[in-house]
Amino acid sequence: MPSSLVSADSLLAIDVGTSTTRALLFDVVEGRYRFLAAGSAVTTANAPFKDISEGVRRALDQLAEISGRLLLRENGSIIIPSSPDGSGVDALAATISLGEPLKVIALGLLEDVSLESARRLAATTYATVVETLSLNDRRKQDARIDLILRTRPDLVIAAGGTEGGADRSIKELLETVGLACRLMPRDGRPQVLFAGNKAIHKDVRAMLGKAVQLHYAPNIRPALEMEDLNAAQIKLAKIYQQIFAEKVLGIHDLNTWAGGNLLPNATAFGRMIRFLSRLYDPAKGVLGVDTGASASTVIAGFSGRLFTGVYPEYGLGRGLPGILKVASPKRIARWLTIDLSPEDVRDYIYHKSAYPASIPATEEELALEQAILREVLRLSMKRLSANFPPGTAGLKPGLTPWFEPILVRGRSFTNAPSPGRALLALLDGLQPTGVTTVLLDQSELAAALGAAAAANPALVVQVLETNMQNLGAVISPVGKARPGTPILRLQATLEDGSEQKMEIKYGTIEVLSVPLGQTVTLRLQPLHRFDIGMGGPGRGGQLRVVGGTLGVIIDARGRPIILHHDPEQRRKLFGKWLWMLGG
Amino acid sequence: MLAPIAHVLPLTTIRRERVLPVPGRVLVRQGQKVAPRDVIAEAATTAEHLLLDVPRALGISAKEAAALIQREVGDLVNEGDLIAGPVGITRRVLRSPASGKIVLIRRSKILLDVDSAPHQLRAGMVGVVADLVADRGAIIESVGALVQGVWGNGRLGFGLLQNRMETPSDKITPGELDVSLRGAIALAGYCDNPEVLHAASSIPVKGVIFTSMAASLVPLARQMPYAIVVLRGFGEQHLDTPSYKLLTSNHNREASINGVAFHRFYGTRPEVVIPLPASDDPPSPPESEEFAAGQRVRLTHWRALHSVGTIQHILPQLALLPNKLKAPAASVQLENGETVTVPLANLEILA
Repeated sequence: MPSSLVSADSLLAIDVGTSTTRALLFDVVEGRYRFLAAGSAVTTANAPFKDISEGVRRALDQLAEISGRLLLRENGSIIIPSSPDGSGVDALAATISLGEPLKVIALGLLEDVSLESARRLAATTYATVVETLSLNDRRKQDARIDLILRTRPDLVIAAGGTEGGADRSIKELLETVGLACRLMPRDGRPQVLFAGNKAIHKDVRAMLGKAVQLHYAPNIRPALEMEDLNAAQIKLAKIYQQIFAEKVLGIHDLNTWAGGNLLPNATAFGRMIRFLSRLYDPAKGVLGVDTGASASTVIAGFSGRLFTGVYPEYGLGRGLPGILKVASPKRIARWLTIDLSPEDVRDYIYHKSAYPASIPATEEELALEQAILREVLRLSMKRLSANFPPGTAGLKPGLTPWFEPILVRGRSFTNAPSPGRALLALLDGLQPTGVTTVLLDQSELAAALGAAAAANPALVVQVLETNMQNLGAVISPVGKARPGTPILRLQATLEDGSEQKMEIKYGTIEVLSVPLGQTVTLRLQPLHRFDIGMGGPGRGGQLRVVGGTLGVIIDARGRPIILHHDPEQRRKLFGKWLWMLGG
Repeated sequence: MLAPIAHVLPLTTIRRERVLPVPGRVLVRQGQKVAPRDVIAEAATTAEHLLLDVPRALGISAKEAAALIQREVGDLVNEGDLIAGPVGITRRVLRSPASGKIVLIRRSKILLDVDSAPHQLRAGMVGVVADLVADRGAIIESVGALVQGVWGNGRLGFGLLQNRMETPSDKITPGELDVSLRGAIALAGYCDNPEVLHAASSIPVKGVIFTSMAASLVPLARQMPYAIVVLRGFGEQHLDTPSYKLLTSNHNREASINGVAFHRFYGTRPEVVIPLPASDDPPSPPESEEFAAGQRVRLTHWRALHSVGTIQHILPQLALLPNKLKAPAASVQLENGETVTVPLANLEILA
C-alpha cells in the first residue's frame, strides 16, 4: 500500500506522456531534497501494447540502472516504502498526458455565459469540445439526439442555471442527453459532469437515471457575473483519469501506486503554478508554459487563482494541422529564419503530424518548428488572456500582462540548440511585457513537483531552488517609437560595485552582462512614455534582479512586435537578435 | 529503445481486424473466404431519429398521455400507423410520420429510429475469416505483399495495380492518367496538382497510391470518391527503394488499398495489400522491436533524399546534429553508401 507523501523522504514521480514515459527520483541528500536521476522509455500506450505498464517498467529499469537503486520487486510492483537496504521509495506521484484528447460536448444555457464557462472548463484538461448545446441552438430535440449519437463523446460537461435561477431550460437540454445515452451501448456512453445549479441535482439524477455515470461539481457559474472553475477542474481531472483508465491498460495500476492521486500532467503543472503564485510578488501573476505533442498549455496563477488553457489543437504532434484553422501558413512563415515558402510550412506541418515523435534533424526542419512554436505560443496566450478579469496587472488589449516569473517547459525549449534560441522563441511567441524572469525547467520536473506540492511543499521549494535554470531577467518596455529612438536609460550596479550604463534603442535586443546568480541593482528611466510596469508610462525606478544564463535582457522591439515586411530583412533581423542572445 | 515499425514486405501473413463502430450483425462465419467487396457486417450507424412529443401533440398532460400510447419499445411502425390516442371530442390521434422502430418511450415521449439503409462493412481485402469479433465484425487473414503508408483519405479500393512510375522520384501529371486505369489502382509518384485528383476521379480509378503529396491537396483528396494512400508524407519526396521495387514488380496484380487514418493507438495505418500465392503460410511481421545494429531502417524526416539504410551502430552518447540539437542517434549507412547520423526518433524499422 503506497504511503502518504507527508513526511516521506524519497519520492518517485512517473509521467506517462504521448511519446515518452519518464521516471524521476527525488531524495534527501545532506538534509535537503534533491532531484537525483531520471529514466525514460518510449510510452507503450499505443498498439501493439496498449498498456502503459511496459513503458513504465522500462523507464524504471533505466532509472534503477542510473541511480543504482532497486525500485521493482520481482513481480513487477514498486517497492514502497523504502527498505533499510536502500531499495524502493517512500512515496509515488504520477501524471499522464497521453492519447487523443477527450471528446467533449459542452452544454449550457446561454452561449456567452454558462456555455462559455463549460468550454473554459473543458480547456483545463486534454479535451476538445466537438459540439455544443444551448438555448440558442435552433436544432430540434431529435436532431440534437442524433448529433450526440454521431459524435460519440467521451464526456458531456453541463453548466447552467445560476444558483436559485430558473431550471426548466437546463432540464430540457439534459433530457436530450439522457435520451441519446439510453440509445447507446452501455460501454459507449459518455460520462456526464454537471456543474450547474445545485438545486436541481436530484432532477438531473432523475432525468439521466442510471443511463450514465454522473458526476457533480459546484456551480461554475453561480451568478451571472461570477465564474469559479476551481472545484470543477479538480473533478474533471479525476474524470479524465477514469476515462483513460477504461481505454488504456496500466493506468488503473499506476493510479493505485499513486494512492489514487494520478493527475493529468497539465493539472499537476497547474498546481506548481498555483504554488509559485503564492510565493512570488502578488502584484503580478506567475505564468507556466508547456509545449508538447499532445497539447500546448499555458497556465496563469494570480495569488492562488488559476487560469488554465490546455489546447490540444496547438499540440506539436498528431493534431498539428489543427493550427492551420486559425493561423495561415503565410503567417507562420513570417518567423522563418531561412528562405522557405508558406507551402513548405504546410507540407512540414502535415508531415510532422504523420511522425509526431520525430525531431528536427536539419536546419530547415528546425527553422520550421521554431516558426510554428512562435505561432503556437502567440495563439495560446491570446486565448488564455481573453479569460483574465479586468484589473489584471499589466493587462492591455492584445498584449501579455505582467508575469513574474515565467516558467517554461517542453522539449522545444529544453532541447533547444542554445539558451538564446529557447529564450528568443519565448520572447517572440509570448511577447511578455514589463519586467519578468524566465525560468527553464531543464529537467522537466514541474509537473512531478506539482503532483507532490500539496503534501510535501518542502520538497518542492528545495528542488525548485536548484533545478530551474534562470535564463535571465527580461525587461520589455511597452510603447511606440521610431526604430533607433532611445526609449530606456539603464544604470546597473553589480555586487562588486562596478557600474554599467546603457541607452536602449527601440527595435533592438540588448544584453546586460551579469554573471549567473549575481544580484544587480538596476535604475531604469523609460523615455517617451514607455511603460516598464513601474507605475505607469514614463515611470521608472530601482529594482534588483538576478542575472541568468544570458544575463539581463532588454527586449526593446516593441509590443506587439511588428516584423519587417521584407522576408530578407526579417531574416537578417532574426539573425541579429539571436546573435545578441548568444546564438 | 522500442522502435516504430513500417511494413514493406514481399510476402507475409496479414491479419486485419475489420469492425463496425457500433454493435451490429456479423454476416460471415469463421473460415469463410472473402473477397474485398464482400459485406462482412452491417449496422445502423447513421443515426436518424424522430422525437414524438405525445402530450404536446395531443394537448394533454404527460400522465394522461402515458395511458394513451398504443405502442411499445421495439415495435416496428409504418408511416401513418397509430401511435397514441384517440382523445377528446374530436378523437385526436398521433400517427407515425415515418417508418421505423420505436426505440425509447420515456415520460410520454417516443423516440422513433427512422428506417435507413444500414452501413455495410466490407472485407476490404482478399482473405479468410480467421476470427469473429462479436457483434462488430471479423479478423481477416491474407497472404501477400504489404506496403504501409502514412496518410489515407479513409476509403477502400481494390483493383489491378497499374504502375505509372518510371523512377522513385517521379511526379505524376494529369496526362499520365488515362482510361486504361479505369477500375484500377494507380501507382502514381508525387502529386502537387489538383487536376491529377480530378482526372483520376473522371476515369474513374478505384484508388491511387502517391509517393507523397502536397499538403494543400488534403481537403480535396478527402473528397475524392476513390481511395488514396500516401506512402512517404508531404512535400516532394522520393519513394524508398524497397517500396518502389515491391510495388512496381507487382504491376498487373490485384491489390487492395485501405486509406484508413494512421492511428498509433488503434494500430491502424494506410496500406496496400497484394494477395499472393504461397505454399506455406509465411510468418506475420513483428509488431514491436528494439533498435539494433544490422536493421534496415527508413528515415522519416522531411525531404529525406535517400531514405533507406542499415543501422551500423547505436551511438552510446547523445549525438550533436547539424542544427545543434542533441538526441539519441544511430549511425546509418544509406543505400548510396553514405553514412549519416540519424536521431532514433526519426527512424522506423522496415520489417
